[in-house]
Amino acid sequence: MSVVDRQEWDVVVVGAGGAGLRAAIEARERGARTAVICKSLFGKAHTVMAEGGIAAAMGNVNAGDNWQVHFRDTMRGGKFLNQWRMAELHAQEAPDRVWELETWGALFDRTKDGRISQRNFGGHEYPRLAHVGDRTGLELIRTLQQKIVSLQQEDYKETGDYESRLKVYQECTVTRILKDGSRVSGAFCYERESGRFFVLEAPSVVISTGGIGKSFKVTSNSWEYTGDGHALALLAGAPLLNMEFVQFHPTGMVWPPSVKGILVTESVRGDGGVLRNSEGKRFMFDYIPDVFKEKYAQSEEEGDRWYEDPDNNRRPPELLPRDEVARAINSEVKAGRGSPHGGVFLDVSTRMPAEVIRRRLPSMYHQFKELADVDITAEAMEVGPTCHYVMGGIAVESDTAAARGVPGLFAAGEVAGGMHGSNRLGGNSLSDLLVFGRRAGLHAAQYATGLSGGRPLVDDVQVDTAAAEALRPFSAEGPEPGAEQGRPPENPYTLHQELQQTMNDLVGIIRREAEMEAALEKLADLRVRARRAGVEGHRQFNPGWHLALDLRNMLLVSECVARAALERTESRGGHTREDHPAMERDWRRVNLLCQLTDPTGGLAATDPVHGQIDLVRETTEPIRPDLLALFEKEELVKYLAEEELYE
Amino acid sequence: MSSYEARFKVWRGDIEGGGLEDFKVEVNDGEVVLDIIHRLQATQAPDLAVRWNCKAGKCGSCSAEINGRPRLLCMTRMSVFTREETITVTPLRAFPVVRDLVTDVGFNYTKAREVPAFVPPEGVGPGEYRMMQEDVDRSQEFRKCIECFLCQDTCHVVRDHEENKTAFAGPRFLMRVAELDMHPLDAASETGLDRKRTAQDEHGLGYCNITKCCTEVCPEGIKITDNALIPLKERAVDRKYDPLVWLGNKIRRRPSESA
Amino acid sequence: MNSGGVRTRTRAAIAAPHLRTDRWWLAPAATAAGLLAFVVYSTWRAFANSDYYAAPYVSPFYSPCLAENCEPMRSGPNWEIFGSWWGLSPALLILIFPLGFRLTCYYYRKAYYRGFWASPPACAVAEPHKKYTGETRFPLIFQNIHRYFFYAAVPVAGILTYDTVLAFRDEHYEWGHMGLGTIVFLVNIVLIWAYTLSCHSCRHIVGGKLKHFSKHPVRYRTWQLVGKLNARHMLLAWTSLVSVALADFYVYLVASGAFDDPRLF
Repeated sequence: MSVVDRQEWDVVVVGAGGAGLRAAIEARERGARTAVICKSLFGKAHTVMAEGGIAAAMGNVNAGDNWQVHFRDTMRGGKFLNQWRMAELHAQEAPDRVWELETWGALFDRTKDGRISQRNFGGHEYPRLAHVGDRTGLELIRTLQQKIVSLQQEDYKETGDYESRLKVYQECTVTRILKDGSRVSGAFCYERESGRFFVLEAPSVVISTGGIGKSFKVTSNSWEYTGDGHALALLAGAPLLNMEFVQFHPTGMVWPPSVKGILVTESVRGDGGVLRNSEGKRFMFDYIPDVFKEKYAQSEEEGDRWYEDPDNNRRPPELLPRDEVARAINSEVKAGRGSPHGGVFLDVSTRMPAEVIRRRLPSMYHQFKELADVDITAEAMEVGPTCHYVMGGIAVESDTAAARGVPGLFAAGEVAGGMHGSNRLGGNSLSDLLVFGRRAGLHAAQYATGLSGGRPLVDDVQVDTAAAEALRPFSAEGPEPGAEQGRPPENPYTLHQELQQTMNDLVGIIRREAEMEAALEKLADLRVRARRAGVEGHRQFNPGWHLALDLRNMLLVSECVARAALERTESRGGHTREDHPAMERDWRRVNLLCQLTDPTGGLAATDPVHGQIDLVRETTEPIRPDLLALFEKEELVKYLAEEELYE
Repeated sequence: MSSYEARFKVWRGDIEGGGLEDFKVEVNDGEVVLDIIHRLQATQAPDLAVRWNCKAGKCGSCSAEINGRPRLLCMTRMSVFTREETITVTPLRAFPVVRDLVTDVGFNYTKAREVPAFVPPEGVGPGEYRMMQEDVDRSQEFRKCIECFLCQDTCHVVRDHEENKTAFAGPRFLMRVAELDMHPLDAASETGLDRKRTAQDEHGLGYCNITKCCTEVCPEGIKITDNALIPLKERAVDRKYDPLVWLGNKIRRRPSESA
Repeated sequence: MNSGGVRTRTRAAIAAPHLRTDRWWLAPAATAAGLLAFVVYSTWRAFANSDYYAAPYVSPFYSPCLAENCEPMRSGPNWEIFGSWWGLSPALLILIFPLGFRLTCYYYRKAYYRGFWASPPACAVAEPHKKYTGETRFPLIFQNIHRYFFYAAVPVAGILTYDTVLAFRDEHYEWGHMGLGTIVFLVNIVLIWAYTLSCHSCRHIVGGKLKHFSKHPVRYRTWQLVGKLNARHMLLAWTSLVSVALADFYVYLVASGAFDDPRLF
């Protein structure tokens, strides 16, 4: 059966968003022959959806900014759960990563003196986000794409083949990471267009597949966000970290239903937009938590002055970190002060002239005009929380982006965990992609080219097993062995909708113990049914089949989220427990690791109680003293446990 | 919220052949054509192939032709049609079909590779780039492009003449040449690369007869013809057909774009 | 069924050359009809060689008048550069410039490629031609000389301005007069200038060719102004086309005695 086409590479990058492309560029520039494989067309990755900007402490607009301030903001935003070393590297290296983009042709908006302009954003003390209108993600992805093309042009000049050292396999999906013993040996893939299987043999695999939002009903994420990378790593034996932290962006569209969840950029608030409830009240002033009391304006007047004079006034509470704003909106709606379609009002129309709105927020203007028939220069938008980002992810070494426990496996971007702690600040995602994308590419290349003892081998049995697994949906027609006779196969679309509803209702923005237990039971039921998910038609560009395969990943990841959320009995960042509403200092040092119950990577376990995931608690390494010294003692008291402060 | 049943004709098939298939499908308030295609997948045709990603008009994946006009499925609201109308959805007709609404857009990726990349200026390190907003405005407009390839699809130069595909880069990539030529720090000419000349000699600018369909279909509202293609034609004229400019360059021995 | 274009074998098998359901043919048909009407009218008037001067008005088709056979116009735009050997209508000597300007204009090219040549008739509607080489070869490669016609169109517009100034005299060449014709001429000259300056070549020359606007603030301002006009190039192309024909027709009516120029003061 092993007649599957095989190709040899040094580094395989799974995912062609910001992190993946940056990793590929780095790996290729370090001399590794690199393949990128992505589910969509090249240049369509979810990164294009990022609107606000790239956080980097360049200090172009406010010279007071530097990496230490950025580090502090990041740690505060993540409620000190961040892998502090990652936050440190991120804050230090982000400016270089942004400047580098300019040398590849990126065109950011400019300051008066010709430098990169920077804008305000939630949780950032200074204007820090390099941006291009509200389409920064597009600029990022296009620049990286064009850099890849330019490297290919170099290779073409030298070798006569554009793809001799750097190739993009577009519209292909990886279903399994292959291993030789404990080491990575390659990836098993299929081409979406033809349904053909192939194997990319490589000692290094970088996972940069983004997030998990498609497991939730209301989400700003695209169909690709099915948690593939998380699942691939789990199945390959690497643990996932702190999966309970899921960010609900406070402002998604709520109307019409077909666009519910689509993102409304935070720049709307950064540039002066305000949140109001149905009574016309700027309710955010009632929701400033104690830890942020000193940092935010206490009156509307002060908040309004801040836009003009940020040095002598405090910022308005609309710019609190996302978790705070999302919870506040949720409470307002629950209290019956919501907008007609179950959100709140976000208004720029009374705050800026129409001309300025159209210039600074062109795609928001366009989006509301086209999709909701709302003119944001004349009326308020209706917005509500939407599943946006997962802070949890593959547990990695901070410096090398290497996944723990699986030599040759690396992870960067949203799929990697730790960097953002319990909540990510806006703008820190694009910089994360660049900083750790580069690091992953660098170390993946070093690992691949510095191998001693030969390349790891691809095992035929693993290839056959992977192929059989991928083909199962086509044979689901008949009754399964041991199953009831004549039960029709399950419709993958129906299963997906049920999964989304379950996660949205039971493991959503506000969580309760009983609901999460119910969710785990429902997930177990879906898991059993998903094994009988069947598809019609053939392998050529068959979306039903693709979805049936993605279901495995979504179910695995959803179970991780639900289990970890049930375990963590506190509220912190993107994890809010109604039954444990306070942030507990003792939980700060605790990381929750998800591992596959069956260490061989099998998925046989369908026991509803135990499921497929084991949870392990781990105590984090103490924060380095010089980094702790960047904070005031009074602030640390709010976050750190007694004994930590003592040390 | 009101819903109704709409009549659709969707092209189904592959390179071997195919045709328009009739569907009746529920439509709700505020929906776009892509929602309807998804409903068909979930309820009537699970293997109906369609490309899509962001569903917010930002990624440019769901390009197709609706009632004969190149459009994004996710940005075409059902409310622009009457309830009685039969809505016809076909794949892009300028490119080879793969299956159903999915076409092989490889042509565009081939052309992208043929445009020489940005050339960074020598002696200017990362972080030292200084550019004025008015100098980047023009190229920024072109960088709004989401590469949906609707302009490439509608352009009659290749849509109606397969044989021109080798010689003609299409509006999207001629616009890319214009973008780089207007980039305030692109140093291509210092390396002997004259983008104005190559626009005509290598990317087929002369094939464009400025009939503006690319501009008409652009979902980003980029003025491709007026702001990219015509200025590029004028720049090519500077180089190739303007004896005064030619003479001036001979005498002063410096390229005029250093202005 | 497998032939070129949208019916190429590799493309989705759809027999219809297009599937548009709107009235896509309306715009090219209207364009063709409008242009045709102007061509017929202007051909008649250009060859007529009569009724083009009624003091103080000279038809824009005959200005400047460059041959000896021109009607005498006191201090008007007749300069006998061509002498007596020219026996045809003097309009033919000068019309070549505005004609060339409009013929190579980026807007008119679109209009007649679509309206007359159906290349393409409308967006996503298959064109009826087997081969297409665009503006890469003779004769269409000559479209690239649009800029020189622009250079020529500027002095022509200058002379028409002069004619408009002269229209402030009365039929006895006394200054301080204004008739209905003066208004027709004023409107026409404003539109002619707006059309001429909104030209894409003009936009390029005044500033579009620059790489760094920031180093040339005055040219940048000019480029922006021309750009604003340029956005309305199509509108200006049509209105100025109509106004120039109307101005000529007005002169014709007055000169042929069919109509008496109402005097305002």
